Parts: sequence; C-alpha cells; structure tokens
Amino acid sequence: MAAATRGADGLTGILKDAAIYALGAFALCVPVVSFRTDAGATGGLELTPRWVLVAGLCAAIFLARLAQRLVLMRRDARRALRPSRSQATEAVSGTPNAGQRVSMLALWLFIGVALTLPVVAALASGSLGEGRYWIDLGILILTYVMLGWGLNIVVGLAGLLDLGYVAFYAVGAYSYALLSTTFGLSFWICLPLAGLFAALWGMLLGFPVLRLRGDYLAIVTLAFGEIIRLVLINWVDVTGGGAGISSIPRATFFGIPFTAGEDGFAARFGLTFDSMHRVVFLYYLILALALITNVVTLRLRRLPIGRAWEALREDEIACRSLGINTTTTKLTAFALGAAFGGFAGSFFAVRQGFISPESFNFLESAIILAIVVLGGMGSQVGVAIAAVAMVGGPEMLRNLGFLKSIFGQGFDPNEYRLLLFGLAMVAMMVWRPRGLISERTPSVALGERRAISGAHVSEGHG
Amino acid sequence: MSVAGINVLVEETRALAAGKAPAKTLLAVRGVSTYYGSVAALRDVDLDVTEGEIVTLIGANGAGKSTLMMTIFGAPQAREGTITYDGRDITRLPTHEIARLAIAQSPEGRRVFPRMSVHENLQMGAALHDRRYFAQDLERVCALFPRLKERLTQRAGTMSGGEQQMLAIARALMSRPRLLLLDEPSLGLAPLVVKGIFDAVRDLNRRDGMTIFLVEQNAYHALKLAHRGYVLVNGRITMSGTGRALLADPAIKAAYLEGGHGAPVEV
Repeated sequence: MAAATRGADGLTGILKDAAIYALGAFALCVPVVSFRTDAGATGGLELTPRWVLVAGLCAAIFLARLAQRLVLMRRDARRALRPSRSQATEAVSGTPNAGQRVSMLALWLFIGVALTLPVVAALASGSLGEGRYWIDLGILILTYVMLGWGLNIVVGLAGLLDLGYVAFYAVGAYSYALLSTTFGLSFWICLPLAGLFAALWGMLLGFPVLRLRGDYLAIVTLAFGEIIRLVLINWVDVTGGGAGISSIPRATFFGIPFTAGEDGFAARFGLTFDSMHRVVFLYYLILALALITNVVTLRLRRLPIGRAWEALREDEIACRSLGINTTTTKLTAFALGAAFGGFAGSFFAVRQGFISPESFNFLESAIILAIVVLGGMGSQVGVAIAAVAMVGGPEMLRNLGFLKSIFGQGFDPNEYRLLLFGLAMVAMMVWRPRGLISERTPSVALGERRAISGAHVSEGHG
Repeated sequence: MSVAGINVLVEETRALAAGKAPAKTLLAVRGVSTYYGSVAALRDVDLDVTEGEIVTLIGANGAGKSTLMMTIFGAPQAREGTITYDGRDITRLPTHEIARLAIAQSPEGRRVFPRMSVHENLQMGAALHDRRYFAQDLERVCALFPRLKERLTQRAGTMSGGEQQMLAIARALMSRPRLLLLDEPSLGLAPLVVKGIFDAVRDLNRRDGMTIFLVEQNAYHALKLAHRGYVLVNGRITMSGTGRALLADPAIKAAYLEGGHGAPVEV
C-alpha cells in the first residue's frame, strides 16, 4: 500500500537524516569540544581529550533530530490526507501512518524489554547481583505502570478525576502487612484479599461522591487520600502509627521460600543459592500483575461495561436516558480501579518488607495521576511510556555524571530533577496537550483498524 | 372519573371516529407539575400519546417543552400528578429504569458521545439488548440514515450537526422503543437537513408504526408532520388539536408561524 511504503521509506530516510546531523555535530565537536586546554604546571598548554563527551553530544543530536523528524512526519502524514468529497470533516486515515506504527512498535518494544530485562541486566553487568540496580529500577517502574493502568480505568475510561488513588495503594499494602504479621497468612492468600479490601474502600469512597464531577470530585478524593493517611498515622494500636510495620514476611515461590536452606527455592530446583532469585521473582511477579491489569482493562473496554464507562465520561445524562445505571457503573469503575491499586499495594509491602504512612503521601497520587495524564488518558501504551519517563527519568539523572565535565565538579544533576520535571510538564502541555499517545483505538474495528486522532476533538474533551 | 376511565373514553371516541379497533393510549400525563427549586416549570399539564401517532409539543423558548420531556424521563421528577406509560405508573421511577420500558429519547442538543465512534454510539443505544439483535437493528437504522453507514468508524464529535442529530435518533432507535421522544431535532440545523430528518421521522411512523412524541420550536414543520399537537406557554398547555387544525389557527399563526417562531405570546 502506498501509505505503508511511504512510511517505511520515511523511517530509513529519517534515520539517515539524523545520522547526517550527528556527523555534522561530530565535525563541529572535533575542533571545539574534543580537547580541553589547561595551563600546565610548566606553563605550557596541556590537552585533555574528552571523546566521551563528544560521543554523548553527537548521540544527543542524533536522538533529538530523530524525535523531531518523527513528530513532523506524523503531522505531515495527517496533513497529506485529502478529505473525501462526501465528507466535510477532517479525513481519518485507514492505514496507520509511520507515527502510529511507532506507537504500536513501542508497545511490543516495551513488552520485549520488560520480559528480558533481568537477563539483559545480568548479562550486561556480569552477574545477577551486579544487575540488581537495573532490576530494582524495573520493579519500581512496573509498579507505577500498574498503578497508572489501574488509575486509567477510573480517570481515563470513566472520566472520574481521582486525586486520592494512593489511598487504595495504602489499603492494599496495609492489608497484606497486617494480615500476614497478625494472622500469618501467606502472600498468595493476602493478594486477592488486599484487592478485595481496596475495592471495598473504592465503593465506600464512590457512594458519597456519586453526584460529584470534575473539580469537586477531585477535592473530595484528595481529602479521602489524606484521611486514609492520617488514620494510618494516628491509629497507632493497629497500624503502628508513623513507625509503620516492619518485618513483613517475604514473598515465597508459591509456598517455597527463597532461603538458603533445604526447603529453599534454590535447593528444590537444584540451583546454587542466590539472594537475587527473590528479586527476579518479584520482578516477574509485578510484570505479571501489570500485564493482567492491562489485559483486563483492554478486555473490559470491549465489553458493555467498559463502553458504559467511556459513555459515562462523555455524557452522563445521555447515558442515563439509554438505560445505563450510572450509579453501578461509577461504583464498578471505582471498585475495579481501587482493586488494582490494592494489588499493587500488597506487592509494594511484600517487596519492601517495611511500610509506613510516609510512602502514601499526596505526591504519590500526583505522580500516578501525572503518569496517566502525560500518557494520554485512556491510552495503555502511553501510560507505560509515561511511567518509564516519570519514574525512570529522574533515576537516569544520577547517571549523568559526564555533565560535570561541562558544568564543573560542583554540578549535581539530581538537584535539578524537579526543575526538569516541571520543564517536561510545561513542554508536554504546549506540544502534546492530550498526552503522549492521544489516539484512541475504537473498541470495534470494521474492516481496517482506524486510529482516531485526538486532534479531532475540542480541547475540553481531550 | 378515574384516569383509567378517561383513557377508555378517549380511546373509544377516537376508535369511533376512525372506524378502527380502539388504539391504545401509550403515554398519559395527568396534572403534572414540575419545579426547579421553588420555581414552577410545568403547571398541571395533561397530555396523551396514543399508539401509532405522532404528537408534537410546540412552544417558545423557556415554555417548559424540554422540562416536560425530561419529566417524562424522570429527571427532574414531577412534584404533582402522574405519568402513566402502557398502563404503568412511571412518575417515580429513576431515569435508567424508565429507559428499560421501551421508551427512548433523543435528547435536546443531541448529546452523542463525542469521542466514541458512530458504531460505539449505536452500541450504547443497544446496551439494554441482547447482542443478537444488533446487526439487524444496525441495518435498519443505516437504511433510515444512509449517511451514518458511511461514517460508522468516525468519531461522533467530528460529524456535522445534522449527522449528529441522525446519530442521536438512530441511537435511540437501537433500544427498540415503542415510544420515541424527540427533543428539538431541528435545533441549529439548515432547512434542508431539517427536512431530511423530518422525512425520516415520518417514515418511521408510517412504515414502522413507531409512536413519536416530538418537542419542537419549529412549529410549522412539526405541526405539518404531527397527527396532533399541544401548545405549551409558560408551563401550561394552552391549546391542543390535530396538527392541521392548529396550523390553521389564527392565534398560532400569529404567535409561532408568521413573525418567525419563538415570540412568547400568550395564545
């Protein structure tokens, strides 16, 4: 097809173009940046080679040009569509253009990287133990991906702005912590229970806010999140107050503990004991939980209840006049979103082994919500990308040590993380106000699958 | 006389006049008053819709037309009086349960789901039904509004006003109603588009025998289309009669037809 070949040619063309830019940058860098001249002890000039910096700059220019071309290409592809004669409104492309294919590619790339991360990390750094940092970071990111997908049900699909989502995360975490430390229940029994409790609290929150929408709903949910946190701090007899709950039992491999002893995981499976087995297991556990969240959401979107959520977001009155019970529809959205928050919470507790109300403050809610909004409300891939950027990005700042060679030794990129965060947010709101992935794939495809651009709807709906 | 007694009498008289089997009163509004807070929007409204006819309610801006439509649908609920549908009192039912009784509404301002595709909008219309009817019903509404068939995958919010109005009616039809309530289908549309929509409404009634209650500001078109009409002024029904008779009435002519429609003149 014409559009497809154009897209493929375009991609190699773009890569070539970006490479040329990088070469140009390299040519400029060689005389200007590659050697630093210092006054030597003997009075002569000393040359310090800085090839790493040159490589970094060239790579940055390559990536920036690549990103710029991809964005422009999407725009050109959209503009190149000629409206049909029978259609007065903006044309919708039948075949996904290069930009849209990039987002499809991103999904598979994400799943591929996620599945192989522990192996890659171990191979790249020599051993599992060495790769721990990357696996831990992966766990952290996936936890936020799961929370983002969970909140996406409430905010993205049902359109109910929830600023207190972290409350359900807390309920899940404390459910597991209390049940396991008090009654000695195992993680695998507590996991569904934690989801259930969180769902119950979701319903409890849902009832009083049924009539509220928009700003008012946001304020009440914000207050709800704070109430849960304050209860956790002040109900010292049960929750341990600000000191939190420590020595929460560790996760087991479906009943087999990750210990060095006879009954341990390593001995049973004939492996040499490595404390990293548990970490890798946790990694795949959260990956599985996140993917379950994703699959459930995608399935639900195709079912009547999922469509009812979306219709509710669009127009509540029209919904009611079509015979949809908006009360139960809202409550199921709250309950289901909360349940996934609860699952994530109990995972958080089992991973940390220690929880305290500190971990469930408003900033967490804000980050999760920012992930959903930045990702493009309702878009699953967008949320995953946003989670990587929001959680992994600040972490990456720690590795930008080479910037010290530019800005001097006193420069600590970590100090600028909130500044960069803010800049990124402002940039997003200017260039992609509807989120990274603003296309919404219809739940049914007739003939060819068509992506509908977010640009087609007015700002208020985006 | 009881409400039921009046209904029987009305039916018998009408049957005698038509020389046919007595048609059934599908919707009966009796002495309904609706308030927004302490402000009365409807006062003691009586209205009947008989099976198989098109009944129109005309009136100026703010006369309470849409309020009456919404009161039938339970939002807001009537403070006084009763609304009976197919022999059942629906005055105090919540909106979504009224919708389950085979009453469908195409609301004022269309209210299609803008970010959902036309197909999904229609699926929402059929939300109460078994999926096996869907293909057949889709075929039916696409035959009525061929424009929609071309646009099934398009986002509803990107369509023109006329197309959105067609979608709103089609969505209502997807719930297989016995009574279709249309609230100002001509709102903000070009005359040619209005004609197309009114033709479709007439087709629905003539061909499929659909009972239609039409709320309109466009008095001329509505009265030409309807079997019977009611005139609403400041929340009260001031006149009623056959569409033809109302159209010929000098008071109606003066208030709604000649100097443009919309002047709130007491008839």
